[in-house]
Amino acid sequence: MRKPLLTASGLTKHFRRRHETIAAVDDVSFHIDPCETLALAGPSGSGKSTVARLLLRLIEPDAGTIRFDGEDFLALQGAALRARRKKLQMVFQDPLAAFNPRATVARVLDDPLRIHGIAPRAERPHRIGTLLERVGLSPDLHRRAIHEISGGQRQRVAIARAIASKPSLIVLDEALSALDVSVRGKIIELLLDLQREEKIAYLFISHDLGVVRSIAHRVAILDGGRIAEQGDARQVIDAPQSAIGRALVAAVPALSPIT
Amino acid sequence: MSRPRRFASAPEAVAGALILAVLLAMALCAPLLFPGDPQAIAGPALLPPFQDRALPLGTDRLGRDVLAELFHGAQTSLAVGLAAAAASLAIGTVVGTLAGFAGGLVDEMLMRLTDAFQTVPGFLLALAFVSVVGPSLAVVVAAIALSAWTGPARIARAEVLSIRERDYVANARVVGMHPLEIAFREILPNALPPVLALSSIIVAGAILTEAALSFLGLGDPNRVTWGGMIAEGRTVLRSAPFLSIVPGFALVFTVLGVYLAGEGAVETAAIRRGLS
Amino acid sequence: MKLGAQPLVAIRGLSVAYHGGNNAALTNIDLDIRPGERLAIIGESGSGKSTLALAIASLLPASAKISGAVEWPALPGPPLGGRDFGFVFQDSSASLDPVMPIGKQIAEVIRTHLRLGWPQAYSRAQDLLARVRLPHPEAVLHAYPHQFSGGQRQRAAIAAAIAAAPRLLIADEATSALDTLVQADIVRLVRRLVAEDGMTLLFVSHDIALASQLADRIAVFRHGEMVELGDAAQVARQPRHAYTRALLAAHISLDTEPLLKRPALGNANA
Repeated sequence: MRKPLLTASGLTKHFRRRHETIAAVDDVSFHIDPCETLALAGPSGSGKSTVARLLLRLIEPDAGTIRFDGEDFLALQGAALRARRKKLQMVFQDPLAAFNPRATVARVLDDPLRIHGIAPRAERPHRIGTLLERVGLSPDLHRRAIHEISGGQRQRVAIARAIASKPSLIVLDEALSALDVSVRGKIIELLLDLQREEKIAYLFISHDLGVVRSIAHRVAILDGGRIAEQGDARQVIDAPQSAIGRALVAAVPALSPIT
Repeated sequence: MSRPRRFASAPEAVAGALILAVLLAMALCAPLLFPGDPQAIAGPALLPPFQDRALPLGTDRLGRDVLAELFHGAQTSLAVGLAAAAASLAIGTVVGTLAGFAGGLVDEMLMRLTDAFQTVPGFLLALAFVSVVGPSLAVVVAAIALSAWTGPARIARAEVLSIRERDYVANARVVGMHPLEIAFREILPNALPPVLALSSIIVAGAILTEAALSFLGLGDPNRVTWGGMIAEGRTVLRSAPFLSIVPGFALVFTVLGVYLAGEGAVETAAIRRGLS
Repeated sequence: MKLGAQPLVAIRGLSVAYHGGNNAALTNIDLDIRPGERLAIIGESGSGKSTLALAIASLLPASAKISGAVEWPALPGPPLGGRDFGFVFQDSSASLDPVMPIGKQIAEVIRTHLRLGWPQAYSRAQDLLARVRLPHPEAVLHAYPHQFSGGQRQRAAIAAAIAAAPRLLIADEATSALDTLVQADIVRLVRRLVAEDGMTLLFVSHDIALASQLADRIAVFRHGEMVELGDAAQVARQPRHAYTRALLAAHISLDTEPLLKRPALGNANA
C-alpha cells in the first residue's frame, strides 16, 4: 500500500456574512496518492474551489490538518512555505486572468525558475524553450505577450509554468472549462502524458462529470461543503449512491435529442 | 491602432499636446532667445507692448523685458509643476500600495496619516511650510507635494485592494513569490493607470499653487515666476494692466494645455480598451 | 410548424466585420428562423455565433460594418426589443440593472410595451417571477440582483426577457456560466416557457449535447460561416460536415471510453 502524497483531515472553513456564518468547507477529509488524479466534483457553492485554496494556503482553514510529502503543511510559514510551494502548483480556470496583463510568456516561465533556483540565469532561456516544447508550443513563443496568444496556447503556458519547478501535485481548478471543445482533447492528452512521464498527481476540480469520468482515478463529490460520496471515478459516476451524485449525473446533457 | 495614432485621433489630446509643446519650447529656448539675466534692466520703465521691436511685450515698473520674463517664468512654472507632480505621485503610490497590500494595522495607520494630511487645506499647508523653511524652488516643490500626495495614495490603495483579489496575484503567491515582489512587480504597475490620470490635475494645481506662493512673495526670489510678475503688476493695475494680464494668460494657457493633454491620455487609454 | 409559412426572421447575405471592417465575424449568412421552432446555433470561440444573435437584436456596436439584411416579414417596421424579441445574456449582470430592484425592471418592460399602469405591471411581474420558479416572488419584486445566486439571477433575466410576451426569445450562452445542475434546471424552464407561450427560441451555445436536448434544428458555425444546418436528430447522429463530426468526436460524454488507461479495477485502493 503506497503512502499518500497528500492527506487532508477534517478541513473546515467558515465565512461570515452579515449575521450568519456559512460553512464553506465542513469536515472534509481525503487523500491523494502519488501519480494519481483525484477529482473534486459538485455544484457551484459546494466548496470545491475553497478546498483548492485551502490546500494551496491561499486561505487558512479554521480546523483540520494537511500532511504533504510527509510533513505538516499547515505549520509552514514565510520562507519555508514559499520554498515548499515548489512541489505544489496550480492551473487556473481563466488563463487570461491568471497572468499579469503586462506579462510575456518568457517572464511567466522565468518566475518559477528564478524563485526556486531551478536554473542559473544564463541557462534559463534554454530551459524556457525546453518547457515550451514540452507542452507542445514553439520556443519562439517566449517573446509574445500573454494576451496575444490564443486561449489554448495560454493554458499550455500555464501548464508549462506549473511543471517548471517539477511539482509532485498540481491543482487544476476548472482548468479546461474555458477552452473550446476541440482544444480540450489535446490539453487532456498533454496532462495525461505529463502525469505518466513526470510522475505528477492531479487534484482535478470540475463540474463536468464526463471529463472527470474520463481522466480521473478517483472522485470526491461535494455538496454544501461536505463530501457526499467518494471512490473510484468510473464506479461512482456509473452508479452514484448519493442523492447529489445521482442529480449531477442526471444533469449531464446527453447527445440524444428529446422531441 | 498604435498609441500615437490613437492619441492623434482625440482632438483635445492634440490641442493639449500642442500647447504643452509651445510651453516646453518657451522654457527650453529662454536662455537662447533671451540670454542674460531676465531681471536686468532692458529699457525704459512701463513701456507698453507692441511699441518697441526689441521689447515686443513692453517693460515692467523697473524696465525689465516682459517677454524675457515670460519665457524664463515658463521654466519655473513647468519645472515646479512637473517636479511636484512627480514627487506627490511617487510618495502617494508607494504609500497607497503598501497600505492596500499589507492591510490590517499598517493600512489603518497609513490611512489615518493620509486623512491628517488631507484635512489640512493644501495651500495653507504649503504656505506654512515655505514660511517656516524659507523660500526656494526645492522647498516650494516639497510644500506642494506635502498635500498633493494624498489623492494618488487613495486611488492607488483602492486599485491595489481590487487587484489583490485577482487570479494572477493568487498565481504569484502559488509560485512562491515574495510578498514585496508581488506588491511592487505584479500589483503596482497595474495600479498605476488611474493614478496617472490624476497627474494632469496635480501638475495644473502645482503650477497655480506656485504662482500663488510667488504672488504672496513666498516664491524663490532669485527666479522669475509668473506669480511674481502678476504681483509686480498689481500696483500699476490701472495704468499698465498688461503687466498682470500677460502672465495671467500664460497661466491659463498652461493649465488648459496640461488638462487637455491629460484628458487626451485618458481618451487614448479608453480607445484601447474599446470603450469609444 | 406550418410548411410554407413565412419565416419569423429572414437573414439574407449577412456579413459583419468589427473595428471598421478589419475583423470579419460573419460572412454571407443565409438563414431562416421559422415561427415556433427551437433553433440552436453551435460554434466555438470566433465562430460568429454571438455576433449573429446580436445582429438579430440590433445590438452590434456602432463601429461594426454590416452588409446584407435581417428581415422580419411579419412586422410592419423594424423589430423592437422587449416587444418583438427578448434577449438573455450569458452574464446576468448584462441583462439586469444592478441598482434597480428586479420587480421594477420587469414591470418597466411590461409598462413600456403593454401600456399598463404600475400596479398592474407589478402584479404581472410577480406572476412572471412565480412562473420562472423563483421562491417568494413577492419578496423578489423588491430585491436587488446581487442578493441572488447566478442561477436565480438568470431566471429573473428570463422573466424580464419574456415579460411583454415577445415572439422570439434569444438566449446567448445563457447557461454557460452556470454549473450542470442549474444548467439542467434552466434548460427545463426555457423548454416549458417556450412551449407554454408558443415562442420561437434562438439558442446560442458551444455545447452540442445541450443543443441536441433543446433544439428542433441545429446550425453549426465555424470562423464566421455556417457549415451545417439540419434537424437536431440528424446533425447529432449523422452530421454531413467534417467539422461537425470533429466537434461530436471531441465531445466527452458519460459513455465515452475513458482517456485514462488504468490497470484493472481491484488493484486501486478506494
